[in-house]
Amino acid sequence: MDMQAFNDAQAARRARLMMLQQSIRYVLLFAVGLVMLYPLIWLVGASFKTNSEIFAGAGFLPRNPTLDGYIHGWQTSTPYTFGRFFWNSFLIILPKVIGTAISCTLAAYAFARFDFPLKKVFFVSVIAILLLPNVVTRIPQYILFRDFGWLDTFLPLWVPSALAGDAFFVFMLVQFLRSLPSDMEEAARVDGANSLQTLLYIVVPMLAPALISVCLFQFMWTMNDFLGPLIYLSSVDKYPVSLALKLSIDTTEAFEWNRILAMSVLTIAPALIIFFAAQRYFIEGISAGGVKG
Amino acid sequence: MARVQLNNLEKIYGGGVKAVHGIDLDIEDGEFMVFVGPSGCAKSTTLRMVAGLEEITGGEVIIGQTRVNDLPPGKRSIAMVFQNYALYPHMKVRGNLAFGLKIAGKSKPEIETAIDDVARILEIEPLLDRLPKQLSGGQAQRVALGRALIKKPGVFLFDEPLSNLDAKLRASMRVRITDLHRRLKAEGLSSTVIYVTHDQTEAMTMGDRICVMQAGRIMQVATPKELYNHPANLFVAGFIGSPEMNLLEGHLDGSDFVIGAQRLTLGAEVQARLASRPADAVLGVRPQHLTIADDGLEARLTHAEFMGHEVYLHAALEGQKIVAVVGAAEYEALGRAEVIRLRPDTQHLHVFDKTDGRNVSLRGGSATA
Repeated sequence: MDMQAFNDAQAARRARLMMLQQSIRYVLLFAVGLVMLYPLIWLVGASFKTNSEIFAGAGFLPRNPTLDGYIHGWQTSTPYTFGRFFWNSFLIILPKVIGTAISCTLAAYAFARFDFPLKKVFFVSVIAILLLPNVVTRIPQYILFRDFGWLDTFLPLWVPSALAGDAFFVFMLVQFLRSLPSDMEEAARVDGANSLQTLLYIVVPMLAPALISVCLFQFMWTMNDFLGPLIYLSSVDKYPVSLALKLSIDTTEAFEWNRILAMSVLTIAPALIIFFAAQRYFIEGISAGGVKG
Repeated sequence: MARVQLNNLEKIYGGGVKAVHGIDLDIEDGEFMVFVGPSGCAKSTTLRMVAGLEEITGGEVIIGQTRVNDLPPGKRSIAMVFQNYALYPHMKVRGNLAFGLKIAGKSKPEIETAIDDVARILEIEPLLDRLPKQLSGGQAQRVALGRALIKKPGVFLFDEPLSNLDAKLRASMRVRITDLHRRLKAEGLSSTVIYVTHDQTEAMTMGDRICVMQAGRIMQVATPKELYNHPANLFVAGFIGSPEMNLLEGHLDGSDFVIGAQRLTLGAEVQARLASRPADAVLGVRPQHLTIADDGLEARLTHAEFMGHEVYLHAALEGQKIVAVVGAAEYEALGRAEVIRLRPDTQHLHVFDKTDGRNVSLRGGSATA
């Protein structure tokens, strides 16, 4: 066999092997991905099923697709439609996200760029809060907010976040800021900008990827938050969607699972849409904060 | 008027580390002052204290008639060009130029006119709508220069602005900056410059005066020519000039300087210049002031560097290193000689006190280039 033919044969063999490896890799990835995504796919499928069909099998394709779940689920068993609960969720989320973004940026900027007395002690307490389980502070916080007369209002859900209470976000932004060179800020100071102008015009634009991540996290966590509203809100007309979903389980004797599933689909839809829309910044934000810091 | 005065300026860091040891310096209005020194000599720290980016822990900085110690950078009538340009990455070139004026509350037409003027001077008109990441190093540095220029400050501060550029660009930017300085001065605009560099070529070619620093202290402040011809101490002698000055240890004996077993007659001219006669002395002679001559000091040639029109001869004289710069023809004439004889030009000899490094041969100052 001449050399050329041998080389060609070898190359062809390598190509076949590569192809095989690639195929195995993709099949494996697809299978694992499917296992992880299946509950979500099933949820969407089952929301179009009739109640009797839901538990009949593990398949996700409905035999007789129906919008009953959506129509009746939207009406709810309360005097309000599900739209009201979405609006409540929105009313909780928007101020909370804005408050978080502003307060955490200010706190992180202070920690990352200024020297002030007891800075180390304060930063250690931020980290300590990060490590503290939420449950520990629930009761003292409840008593505090009760004494403020804030029960059954959105204030207990807004105020802690508006005061940079989410240590995780402060920490994340501090790490991101530390990875940014301070020359631009110095240039801005030489250009005559004060600290706040420097923050607003120079730091915040550079911080954008991390800030988008913070807002997305806060949005998703607040959307999914069940315990907070459960503890502080008692009037049904103030319930966010997370509580409303639970409400439909509590108030009916025989659960209308298709309604619950249909409303669950609607509940996760905003988070999914926003996540996919901002996915690029989100990943950029976390990786920059994590890796560079 | 933008005269800059540093009075007993000190910088002590938190841990008690003293970086700047009470510097006194007077920079005239319109003067181009270069701070030069090795890494860690606190030249940048000093500049940053003038800028207001570093807290002043002792002494004072006066710009014009105002003591600026407690003024924020924006109120000191300064503009600064940073080593890594420090352009605002999210703003276009136009936005970068306009930022300082916007903060100062200037009107839109004023800002537009200023941008056009600066862009024309620095030839950055085609770049105005680009983002900093779309600029080359040289272009970015021109924009950074523009950002300083547009403010019409009293004092320009440059913090190693050319060290990120390649050699060719560095040379052209050097000319551009000195030209600009001359132009501003000619137009009667305030144009005091403090320029920090570790590159002595920049220092020598750009500065009206040079302030040589070491370990937080000023070693000498003088014109480039003065520094080269009359170094005040061993540090300046060794730092300025390329290849650096030969410093040979020995002692004075009558009219001779004794290096090991060899003697060099200093001559009446040098004798007359001596302010004192230190017991341990160092003889300083620039490589350019050594010639090959039969009556010279004997040295063993170790190697030669061919530089084109001249050759650097590296040799050992009584166990001490010595470098001589000779013409290519002279080198050829040496053949394969291992031992060479080098005669210093006594007009250009310096004698230093080894104990404190002081140049004791400055009296009359007749050592000239």
